[in-house]
Amino acid sequence: MSLENFRSEVVEFLQNNCPESMRQPVREESDTFWGGRNATFKNADQEKWFHVMAERGWTTPGWPKEYGGGGLSKDEASILHQEMRRLNCRPPLFSFGIWMLGPALLRFGSEEQRLKYLPDIVNGRTWWCQGYSEPGSGSDLASLQTSAVSDGDHYIVNGQKVWTSYADKADMIFALVRTDNTQKKQIGITFLLIDMEWEGISTRPIKLISGKSPFCETFFDNVRVPKTNVVGEEHGGWSVAKYLLTHERSNISTAVDSDVMTPLSFYAKKSLGIGNDGILKDPAIRAKVAEWEIDGAAFKFTLDRINQEMKAGHSAGAKSSFMKYYASELNKRKYELRLECQGKRALAWEGEDYDEGKIARQFCRSKGNSIEGGTSEIQLNIVAKHILGLPGK
Amino acid sequence: MAYVITEEQQLLQESAADVLKKAPVATVRQLRDSRDDKGFSHPLWDDIVQMGWPGIAASEELGGLDFGFRSLGLVMEEKGRSLSASPLLSVCLSSRILQKFGTDQQKEIVQKINAEGTVVACAVQEGDFYQPLDVRCAAIPEKEGYVISGQKDFVADAHVADYLLVSAHSDEGLMTVILNKEQAGVSVEKEFMMDSRYYSKVALDNVRIEKDDVVGSVGKGKEVLNDLTNVGNALLSAELLGLAMETFERTNEYLKERRQFDRPIGSFQALQHRAADLFGELEIAKSISIKALDALDEQDFMTPALCSMAKAKCVQVAQRATNEAIQMFGGIGMTDDEEIGFFLKRARVAAQQFGGYSYHLDRFARMSGY
Repeated sequence: MSLENFRSEVVEFLQNNCPESMRQPVREESDTFWGGRNATFKNADQEKWFHVMAERGWTTPGWPKEYGGGGLSKDEASILHQEMRRLNCRPPLFSFGIWMLGPALLRFGSEEQRLKYLPDIVNGRTWWCQGYSEPGSGSDLASLQTSAVSDGDHYIVNGQKVWTSYADKADMIFALVRTDNTQKKQIGITFLLIDMEWEGISTRPIKLISGKSPFCETFFDNVRVPKTNVVGEEHGGWSVAKYLLTHERSNISTAVDSDVMTPLSFYAKKSLGIGNDGILKDPAIRAKVAEWEIDGAAFKFTLDRINQEMKAGHSAGAKSSFMKYYASELNKRKYELRLECQGKRALAWEGEDYDEGKIARQFCRSKGNSIEGGTSEIQLNIVAKHILGLPGK
Repeated sequence: MAYVITEEQQLLQESAADVLKKAPVATVRQLRDSRDDKGFSHPLWDDIVQMGWPGIAASEELGGLDFGFRSLGLVMEEKGRSLSASPLLSVCLSSRILQKFGTDQQKEIVQKINAEGTVVACAVQEGDFYQPLDVRCAAIPEKEGYVISGQKDFVADAHVADYLLVSAHSDEGLMTVILNKEQAGVSVEKEFMMDSRYYSKVALDNVRIEKDDVVGSVGKGKEVLNDLTNVGNALLSAELLGLAMETFERTNEYLKERRQFDRPIGSFQALQHRAADLFGELEIAKSISIKALDALDEQDFMTPALCSMAKAKCVQVAQRATNEAIQMFGGIGMTDDEEIGFFLKRARVAAQQFGGYSYHLDRFARMSGY
């Protein structure tokens, strides 16, 4: 089938199957469906939209059919993505399994692991969370200390993870654990899949400055994990982790992308007003808003450009690092400006008139953008080393 | 919309880099020190005309190559990298205006530009700032034509021009006219700028023109000047991008070579982070510049906004790249012997041509309804 035929089929399918309410911007957490063993839908539309997409494997359009994916080519998958964006279709399933673990399993997993885990990701049956950071290992991730000691065909896992997104709701965790501490810190890390229901695991939510708790601490107390749950080589988890982080970064930069489309000037105009001369009443804010909008648009064009360059065979490589960096800084600047543009309205912490303090809370939340998934400083280190070729110490 | 260039465009860019290598920064220095009366290398200009660059974006029927502005932008980028001076921007711009708005007779000038390298300068600024729609130069109707009086400033290439494209206001609205520089009442006084190039004051003292010399028609003035602003700034954004990338690459190399405290200064994180941040800004600037040039080729309705966005962003990035360069080169960067200072100086002049940073920020905001 030609790509143009495919496109018209996609459009027809989406128009017939994506309910109107699923074509509205995501307003609150319950608007996103994360699946899992205890999955609940907010309403019938959300349920219908999820099932119709999962049946075709279009929750993961580019994954191979044998694992339940859509089996689409890169071009077809990008057409589907474009048309979903054009019609404002919400993603039918939000999942760290799709964004992070899946790509790592496709690259490093055994055939048994792929067959066991991937279809459940596609169909939203497993909610995965990520166990990377530890209290003593943030930017210096490779120094992690959660230990996995060999005991026959099992490991005994002990230690603590932090910043595990939705660990209190997740069914499974993919975690980095230390299986050897006699060597260089990057060697001796193993990538392990652990069921959150197993004996010895507990979680505790972390309250953020936004007042919300999307992250948890996760504790491992003598948890027995079968060795068949190692992804890749024993002691070779660092390469899996790095591969997965690259995916996380490009996801964070595209996640901000959809937000870039709401013009900041819309809020500025509404709150500050336009004078008789046709320009925004506060000239100092006006200049900052224009600067931000130019950077926001240019960033979006850069995402398009890098995608096109990748399709033409250029490697994106470390560019995902500066994209992640730029996206985070852009989002932080945006919320600073929304506070400036919207005055008191943006400061309210609760109340129906203020969407329960949505702007102020998102402002607080945005500060984490340049910390999670590798801090801005780490991204700049990567760019300096891998793109600019600047020497180490 | 293609961000990735075709093989043909790649060849064009490579040949542009090759040709312009003949006029490296050392040539700018030599032209400056000898106070060359043109301020650019004439043999190089002859080569440029031979290669057909003035007509890259012009239609084939007028002797152009019809490769589009995206392609011309690649040449401008190389021009920015080499800092080579020539009337290329002026002729491409006036050629665009005459092709798009001009009468058949005026289009013959486009053919002359493409065939012989005839130079047409754009005299559209008055005073120290670019405000193209705020025109004091007056066109008073007389018999079958007009009498033009006023003064233009910061006119690139007027000192070597054969023709001048001039904006004027009349009772019927804004207009642009094309003048032969030799016409009675036209006087050109060149001024030497920071980038070692000449820009001129053009005085028009009762210059008599025919109705036929009006570009398009009298009422078209505003449209012409807006188009000139768009095209001129999209092309300058590409030049500034090339300039900024070259400056950045030279600085990055220097960070690897220069040693202090027994190690390359590029190993210090304070400098690494500034360099990496600047690298990101360059990538961002590149995308918006390409987008603006492509919009011109595709006649996208967003063209005016995109051209101002591109110019503003590239001005900002070129400013940062050149400032960081001087700082990171340290004392060496302050010396006239080191070439990096030439990039600083050109960046500032190119920034002001056809409107500086705040002009374009304001223009973009107005077009966006605030």
